[in-house]
Amino acid sequence: MLALVDGNNFYVSCERMFRPDLLGRPVVVLSNNDGCAIARSNEAKDLGIKMGAPWFQIRHMEGSAGLVALSANFELYGDMSDRMMTFAAALGHQQEIYSIDECFLDLGGIPGDLVLRSRKIRSRILRATKIPTCVGIGPTKTLAKLANHIAKTAERKPGSYPSHHAQVCHLGAMGEQESQSLLQATEVGEVWGVGRRIGAQLQEAGIRTVWDLAQMNPSVARQRWSVVLEKTVRELQGTPCFTFEDQPPPKQQIACTRSFGHPVTGLVELQEAITAFACRAAEKLRQQDGHAGVVMVFIRTSPFRQQDAQYSGYRMFKLLEPTSDSARITQGALAVLRAIYKPGFNYAKAGVMLMELSPASQHQFSLDLGVEPDESRGRLMTAMDALNKRFGKGTLALATAGVANEPKQWAMKQERRTPRYTTRWDELLTVKC
Amino acid sequence: MHANVLSIAKSITTLSKVRYYPGAIPAGFPSPAEDFVVEQLDLEAELTKHPRATYYVRLVGDSLRELGVVDGTLAVVDCLQRPKSGHVVIARIDADFTCKVLQIRNGQMKLKAANPTYPDIVPKEGQTVEIIGVVTALIRKLPV
Repeated sequence: MLALVDGNNFYVSCERMFRPDLLGRPVVVLSNNDGCAIARSNEAKDLGIKMGAPWFQIRHMEGSAGLVALSANFELYGDMSDRMMTFAAALGHQQEIYSIDECFLDLGGIPGDLVLRSRKIRSRILRATKIPTCVGIGPTKTLAKLANHIAKTAERKPGSYPSHHAQVCHLGAMGEQESQSLLQATEVGEVWGVGRRIGAQLQEAGIRTVWDLAQMNPSVARQRWSVVLEKTVRELQGTPCFTFEDQPPPKQQIACTRSFGHPVTGLVELQEAITAFACRAAEKLRQQDGHAGVVMVFIRTSPFRQQDAQYSGYRMFKLLEPTSDSARITQGALAVLRAIYKPGFNYAKAGVMLMELSPASQHQFSLDLGVEPDESRGRLMTAMDALNKRFGKGTLALATAGVANEPKQWAMKQERRTPRYTTRWDELLTVKC
Repeated sequence: MHANVLSIAKSITTLSKVRYYPGAIPAGFPSPAEDFVVEQLDLEAELTKHPRATYYVRLVGDSLRELGVVDGTLAVVDCLQRPKSGHVVIARIDADFTCKVLQIRNGQMKLKAANPTYPDIVPKEGQTVEIIGVVTALIRKLPV
């Protein structure tokens, strides 16, 4: 069995931990120079604000509906994510961090009531981070993701699904009739990896619900659609096809993380792993034609090796320019690794996450490099090299200096960012007493 | 009344107890660095049982004067520690946070100051009071 743990309205929940005045109010988090909404509270969703809504279109709700808009505070979200993942890890014996707010856990061989276990872990995450989560459990990744959708929707929209599935839904622990009725009550477009375009095609072909898709012959799925849809159908039928490395990519972050086969202690070995992860993540990024603005790296020991000293290190690296260039992403990731690495620990897991993604076509230059925004990467690299040659190697080091010191904020428009409560001594929360 | 501050001071006096584990040293060869595992002191581990559920906040105000709290005192807040009567806690009262001493008597919760000039806070009808975390240590920097 697999579980998917997912933080509800994650960025907003991170903000609310430190801003109780935001509880119960419509809140959106803006990204890409405060251009569009990348996270919404339930109250904001109820106002009809869509994911990715441009700020200028919803701005009027500040006055009319008490909408609060915040600039993305990725440093805070990264730290809160690390906290959430640390407590979520205790649910299973292997964890794959899929994005900043989601992770898969392998529950294979874990005895006892998995729903009860999930509820306990869920309440522990809530106490430790104030982030509400939902847990979906199923025999495959696609079914775990679907169960997570049901758990989330049952909580947010009472009446959509039976209420006992709210927060935690285990598709493997119910009768066939019950799971059939859940699949029949879910639109096919909600299936992981199906998306809007394929979803519309399926609807046209008369495949309206997840149940309809699960009844499809896998070879038909491959012939009429794709190998990916064939895998999806098989997964819905209970046959695992997506391993921990091979799956549809998430939309807002790209993560490449892995548990090591054996404990790793040396920096050199970690550098190799992080380089491989960073290159893989950059590859995924280019496949979806995106640029990343932030690279996050983490390394951690295993909570299941109680005899070992425990350490969890992570840090974000803000790229001077959003990029999909493997070399620059890797350079950033390695600089972070050197900053967080501590000798003497048995590392069990490491990962690279790319955040603040934007389409490559939206790329804006914050430096006047003498090239047009639509110039090819080759020209950019040439310009960067020219800059370095002219002003010395330190010019490029400006970007790497961001690991130890505050990167220059001028590159980003972040007028509404909250303090970085958990990562800066001079930005801690003040409490009156 | 300075219990928390004192307990930190006490823990600092144990700083000298750095332990060395000498590994096996084969005769005739210089010992590689790995042969010594030096356990470094981790102040955070001393101040909280749950580092990833712990947050640092700055206290401002004089309602905890008798605990040695001055403006800017750092509170180490463990959100997984179960709150008990007598604990110093961070509480949320509707949309605001406060730091007080928790008192539970006959099922009745009170938030008490450590300064006689402040009245007790008793949750009122319609008010949401939530204990966010337990303050496990207070850190006061001295001028240097």
